[in-house]
This record gives sequence, structure tokens and C-alpha cells, in this order.
Amino acid sequence: MEPILDIKGLEVAYGKVEALRGLDLCVGEKEIVALLGNNGAGKSTTVSTISGVVRSRAGTITAFGRDITAAAPWSIVERGIVHVPEGRRIFSRLTVHENLQVGGYTVRETATVDKRIKQVYELFPRMAERRHQQGGTLSGGEQQMLAIGRAMVAGPRLIMLDEPSMGLAPLVVAQVMDAIRSINEAGTSVLLIEQNARAALKVAHRGYVIDSGRVTLTGPAGDLRTDPQVVEAYLGA
Amino acid sequence: MHHFIQLVVSGLFVGSFYALVALGYSMVYGIIKLLNFAHGDIYMLGAFAGFTVLSVGAGALGGGLIALIAIMIAAMAATGTFGVILERVAYRPLRSAPRLSVLITAVGASFALEYGIAVAFGPNPQVYQIGVTGGTLNIAGARITYAQLAMMAIAVLLMIALDTLVRKTRSGRAMRAIAQDPKACLLMGVNVDRVIARTFFIGSALAGAAGVMAGAYYGKIDFLMGFVIGLKAFTAAVIGGIGNLRGAVLGAVVLGLLESFAVAYLGSEWRDVFAFGFLILFLTVRPTGLLGERVTERV
Repeated sequence: MEPILDIKGLEVAYGKVEALRGLDLCVGEKEIVALLGNNGAGKSTTVSTISGVVRSRAGTITAFGRDITAAAPWSIVERGIVHVPEGRRIFSRLTVHENLQVGGYTVRETATVDKRIKQVYELFPRMAERRHQQGGTLSGGEQQMLAIGRAMVAGPRLIMLDEPSMGLAPLVVAQVMDAIRSINEAGTSVLLIEQNARAALKVAHRGYVIDSGRVTLTGPAGDLRTDPQVVEAYLGA
Repeated sequence: MHHFIQLVVSGLFVGSFYALVALGYSMVYGIIKLLNFAHGDIYMLGAFAGFTVLSVGAGALGGGLIALIAIMIAAMAATGTFGVILERVAYRPLRSAPRLSVLITAVGASFALEYGIAVAFGPNPQVYQIGVTGGTLNIAGARITYAQLAMMAIAVLLMIALDTLVRKTRSGRAMRAIAQDPKACLLMGVNVDRVIARTFFIGSALAGAAGVMAGAYYGKIDFLMGFVIGLKAFTAAVIGGIGNLRGAVLGAVVLGLLESFAVAYLGSEWRDVFAFGFLILFLTVRPTGLLGERVTERV
């Protein structure tokens, strides 16, 4: 089957520092793909390049059969790829409801936005309770849920989550992973960037391990979980 | 007592066009954190745009309220468009440059506008053919002309329209969101460039409306008239809490009243002393302004 996202030979540099050196990666329809690696391996650069906020030096990014390597960030959202950034970056002085409305910025029909916001409230009942509260008053876990919900209002076919478990208590991490699973079961593909390899490989179908801007290992999540290299480097003994 | 109410009325009138200028100042600061020092000159440009329309179409327009409104709309369209061009040409290329570079560019744009107009219209003041004279209304002994009243009403309507736009619409939400985190907005699919351009259009159009009001009120315009007003609008924005739109209006009204009383009781030479003394006072004692309360943010 044709992958919905296909990256070939991606190279990105920040000045003289090479962040990606020929990265290949693909995500299939309805798949959850984990992208693992240490700090500075190039995980965030990869998603930021896909979403168009960082420019590549070489390589191609194809999404839904179209080349999006040089597309503007907003047109990438319009095509159905939404990036939930590291550190959540919700709008702290907008209400929960307004945050979700901004998520639907590219959607022209207000009725569709309202319908999707309702779905987010069903997925995260806590958000419905706090809809009139300012985003900045939410706890870390709630902010993460808001960030995911906000992205879902755009109606993505592929959602990219950058470190959604960062700074969260284990119980909250489990809730976030459950939410990711339900979003995927409803038909959205997921590219999951994580330092928390254990949690990520539990929910993912496939995974990539990257190091110094290159893929060093890839395979089904089950294989990676037991791969001695991964166990030693990312899962601990 | 009559005197007191008269001072309030004229303070409110001056405050209402300070507010129109302060709003644009505050909007632009809010969204791209730029103190647009050319903003006062856009107000001046509005006065001259209105003046041009007046001189060309004086016969056709007549001198009534309709003429005034038509001139305002024309001036707003002209300054709004100019604001968009200014942002595109001078500020957008520097968006990721250090703040100081953009600030200096804004000062440069201010001079370019002032002396550009001086070249086009000559350095001498021009007489505005339309005024705020005519029928007057007595409010508890204070006198206000219908034209003044109409202009204040227009200013208030513009402010209400802006407030609704910013609080209730998709575009307004995007403006507020960009003010907080432009990069996150990009990831939400917001065309940040377009929203910023729109902000410049609206802010500059409001300044243009204020320019026409000032021309009609003072009866004379010149190419430097925007300089002090720009600083006053900045003061109003700081008093209210810069970036806060309702604060800008409040600050402008406070400033208008303050000046009105200072002039009456101490003499007109004290007007600017008070205005800028207040600016310094607020910057030292309450830099967040009257309404610039920050919310507690959890990380």
C-alpha cells in the first residue's frame, strides 16, 4: 500500500550544524509510527521539516501523493498534516474553547469546527468542564490534551506529536497514550516522537530509531521492544 | 460647574481620537511586539488623504456630515492600504531580525513619511475645508457641536466594531493567538503573514479616521502633526497596558481628560508636560498599565 507520508534522503542543517543527514521514513494509512532517539538525534527537526517551519537542504517529502517539501506551513495543515509541538504551546491567554477554535482555523465551515470540538469534548471530558477557563490555568496533562484536541479540530489525516509525555506523571502518560490510540482507531495516522520509548512502543505499530540525523534501526514495534540494542539504549535493563 | 463639564466634553473628544490612534499602536505592538513609530505619521497621512479628497471633490461633496463620513472612509482606505505596504516592505523582511533593527526601521519610516508629505504638499500648514462648527448642543451648559458629536459617535462605533472583531471572530482569535505564539499559529494552519497584514490595515485605517477628525477639529494640518500624537498614543497605550485594546481606549480617555484639565487650570504649555510626565510615572510605577494584568501561567 502507498504510504501517506514518504520521506526520502532528507537533509537539514542549522548553519553548519547538520541535524538530518539523509533520513528516510514513511507512515502508512491508519498507522501509529514511533520515532525514537536521544536528545539531539533529529526527532523534532524531522517533524518541524514535515510541517514546513524548518526548511530542508536536500531530499523530498511526499504526502498523499503530492510533493510538500517546499510547501508553506498553513498549506500543509490544509492538506491534513498537523504537528503538535514539543512543550504543547497552547495559547495560555485564550480560553480552552478558543484554543480549539484556533485549531480549526483552516476549516471554512463553522459547523464542521463545532462538530469536531464536540468530538474533542467527548474524547477529553475534562476539556468540556474547563471550556471557559484560560489555557494557562490548566495542568500539564490537561494542556497536552488541549494541544492534541486543538490539532484534531483541523481534521488531520496524519497527526504528529512531539514528546507528548514530556514532564507528565506516569498515570497521565497512560491517559495520553490511550487518547492517541483512540484517535488512531477513529482513522487518523500518528507519527509519535518520544523519548519515553517504553510508552511509545506500547502504542505504536512500527518504529524508527534515529541517531545523528539518520535512521539506525526500524521495524515492527514488537521487534523493537525486544531488540537488544533498543533495550540497552532506550528501555534500560 | 459649566466650565468643568465643558472640560470633560473636550477631554472626551480629544480622548476619542487619541484612542483611535492608540488602538493601532497597541494592536501592532500586541501582534509583532513592534513599537511602530511611524504610526503617528499614518494618522498624519490620513489627515492629508482627507485633505486631498476635500480639495478635489469639495464641490461635489458639500460640507455636511455625509461629506465628512465620505472623507473619513476614503482616508481610512488610503491609510489602511499604506499600512499594509509599509509592513510588507519595511517590517516583514526584518521579522526575525533583532528588535532594535525593526525599531530603527520604524523611526526611518516615520521620517520618510513626514518629509515625503512635506515634499508633496509643501512644509506650510494646510487649512481643512471642513470643520466642526455649525449647530451646537448644550449639555448641562457645556457646548458641543453636532459635527463633534457625530465624530465621537463614529469613533465609538469603530472601537466597538474592533472589539467585537478581535473577541468574536476567527480573524480576531487568530490575532490574539499570534500575539501569544506565532509559531504555534503556523502549526495550526494560520497564515500568519496575512493576519499581520490585516492587523496593519485595521490599525492604520483607524489612525486615518483619527487624522481626519483632527483636521476637522483643529482646522489645520501639517506634515509634523503625527509626531506628538504618535507619542501620545504610545502614552495612552502604556497607561492602559500595551497590547490590551480596551486598555488603550481607557488610557486615551484618561490622557484626553488629563490634558483638558491641565490646559484649563495651568495653561496650554503644560499639556505635554502632563502627558509625558504621566508616561514616565506609569513606566516606573506600573509598567503593565491599568488593565495589563498578567494571568498566572502554569508550566
